[in-house]
Amino acid sequence: MARLLRINTKTKKVTEEELAGEYAGLGGRGLTSRVVRKEVPPTCHPLSARNKLVVAAGLLTGTTAANTGRLSVGGKSPLTGTIKESNAGGTFSQKLAKLDIMGLVLEDKPDRDAPFQTLFINKDGAQLMEVPEITGLGTYDASARLFDKFGKKVGIMVIGPAGENSRLASSIQFTDPKGNPSRAAGRGGLGALMGSKKIKAIVIDSEGSRAPEVADKEAFKAAAKRWAEILVNHPVTGQGLPSYGTSILINIINEAGTLPTKNFRDGRFDRAADISGEKMVELINQRKGVAKEGCHAGCVIQCSQKYCDENGEYLTSGFEYETVWAFGSNLLISDMDHIARLDRLCDDLGLDTIETGTTLAMAMEGGVIPWGDGQAAVDLLKRVYDPKDYLGSIIGNGTSFTAEALGVDRVPVVKKQSLPAYDPRAAKGVGVTYATTPMGADHTAGYAICQNILKVGGDIDPLGKEGNIEVSKNLQIATAAVDATGFCLFVAFAVLDTDDSLDTIAKLISSRFGIQFTADDIAKTGIEILKDEYSFNRDAGFTVAHDQLPDFFINEELPPHKVKWDFTAEEMQKAKVEI
Amino acid sequence: MKIQVSCFATLSKYTPEDGQVELEEGATPDLVLDRLLIPREEVKIVFINGQHAGMNAVLKHGDRLGIFPAIGGG
Repeated sequence: MARLLRINTKTKKVTEEELAGEYAGLGGRGLTSRVVRKEVPPTCHPLSARNKLVVAAGLLTGTTAANTGRLSVGGKSPLTGTIKESNAGGTFSQKLAKLDIMGLVLEDKPDRDAPFQTLFINKDGAQLMEVPEITGLGTYDASARLFDKFGKKVGIMVIGPAGENSRLASSIQFTDPKGNPSRAAGRGGLGALMGSKKIKAIVIDSEGSRAPEVADKEAFKAAAKRWAEILVNHPVTGQGLPSYGTSILINIINEAGTLPTKNFRDGRFDRAADISGEKMVELINQRKGVAKEGCHAGCVIQCSQKYCDENGEYLTSGFEYETVWAFGSNLLISDMDHIARLDRLCDDLGLDTIETGTTLAMAMEGGVIPWGDGQAAVDLLKRVYDPKDYLGSIIGNGTSFTAEALGVDRVPVVKKQSLPAYDPRAAKGVGVTYATTPMGADHTAGYAICQNILKVGGDIDPLGKEGNIEVSKNLQIATAAVDATGFCLFVAFAVLDTDDSLDTIAKLISSRFGIQFTADDIAKTGIEILKDEYSFNRDAGFTVAHDQLPDFFINEELPPHKVKWDFTAEEMQKAKVEI
Repeated sequence: MKIQVSCFATLSKYTPEDGQVELEEGATPDLVLDRLLIPREEVKIVFINGQHAGMNAVLKHGDRLGIFPAIGGG
């Protein structure tokens, strides 16, 4: 029976319970959002003792089914004030599952001047301890010391200096199979929440434990075999993503005229080829990096990589399209090495790359550094390491905060979370998602780029209004369900195009737990999650007026297609599941 | 007439050297695939001037044609 561990960060008491009642049968985002909905007062300050940080493995995590090793992290977001689920790869989730732990709940908070603690979890239990030598360190040095202390086989969840100082753009970083803390629960400032609870790291050791057995081994094995075939046979998950990584998108999004350039002034970047996935793979191969890697064991998609500097030394991994955009065309930077250094700095500082890219755009708007100056961006970002550096403090607090500090009025955020790498005026389905998801602007919450641009799962005009509200709603429901299972969201490319994929997922869940779970139950799962999330936001004070993009998208035409944002907040309410 | 042609990802090797193709009036993306010897089964998406287009759409002088295999990410 899956367990929920509660850790009181003030009293250091650890308690354990079985998942029952309103938590029975939940995993991933289903569990994190339910715990936050039931236990966190929606109006509480996100950094106060009453907020909770919830970590959950997915329903299928720890099994042999491909691409099921993702992790959900939830809480009330310090950045947005909404409920938040941020999803990450790395080795942590499968180790939780192996210990038969479905979730962790960090509660209460120590005094402000209390020392940082590390939570160590293994087969014998969980305990808080002090590891003073890692306080203040970047995540790379901190995880190297933790591997020395606890052994190379542990999984690590860690915050950097940004999270320790509760900066609003803070991420939580996770170590990948090679031990690099390059996987992130990036969005929503959850690193600040972890820092407020004075937890620097959680180290998990699953040695000596056995993963819980699946209920119907034969049925599970057959479904898992079909599942792997579905992923490997689809041209995106089987070929495109493994070959070029996610930056394969740069060229097509640029051609489609929806690659945000110079803080959303243009839909095309004249130097897009220099920051493309094709260029990245060329540099990786020249420098003896690795063009394809998985973020967790059992991944068949392999969209990650090892990116080396000009001397062939490891620089970063998990180097994604969104990151390349955020520091690339968004800032008019076209030097891949500057972009890679900014990615590495974010992973080490523990900052969300999307939020930080748009924050640097505010610094460029405000005249702090020049547009297109990659070295100036690197130097500015390094100031976040010093907690006493006031400019660094501003930058670490994200886009909305930095814009306010500098008097900038061109601020690409919804609910104070920055927009990612698709201009909503020329990709209207994902624009509806930005405006209406409970998360604040978030492409992953309902990735209509599939239907708007990529012709996966349908074909809907990205420049018109027709069909874009419906597709966003359906994708938001499906995504919430995917995030409950532990599946990587990229499985959706294959799922949307394969007839028996939902039945196969239902068979995996049924045979894992020995229950009757049908394809219809998948959508029901997504709807229940969204109800928890929307009702939390309603009670936190969010209204229809918050479900809209910033004014400049409504007032300014985006080149080259000369399109404006033309959905009203009232129209877009139809994209939301009714509470 | 002349049009600009760019092929991407696994198809990038088919991009003509100067990025342009000389065509007769009324030419279509279908004809461009023939001219550049691009295997049809590897083509998933065709853009004319940044918008989805069918294989039989009629090209005009100065058009920008983008040819892609199946692509995903995010």
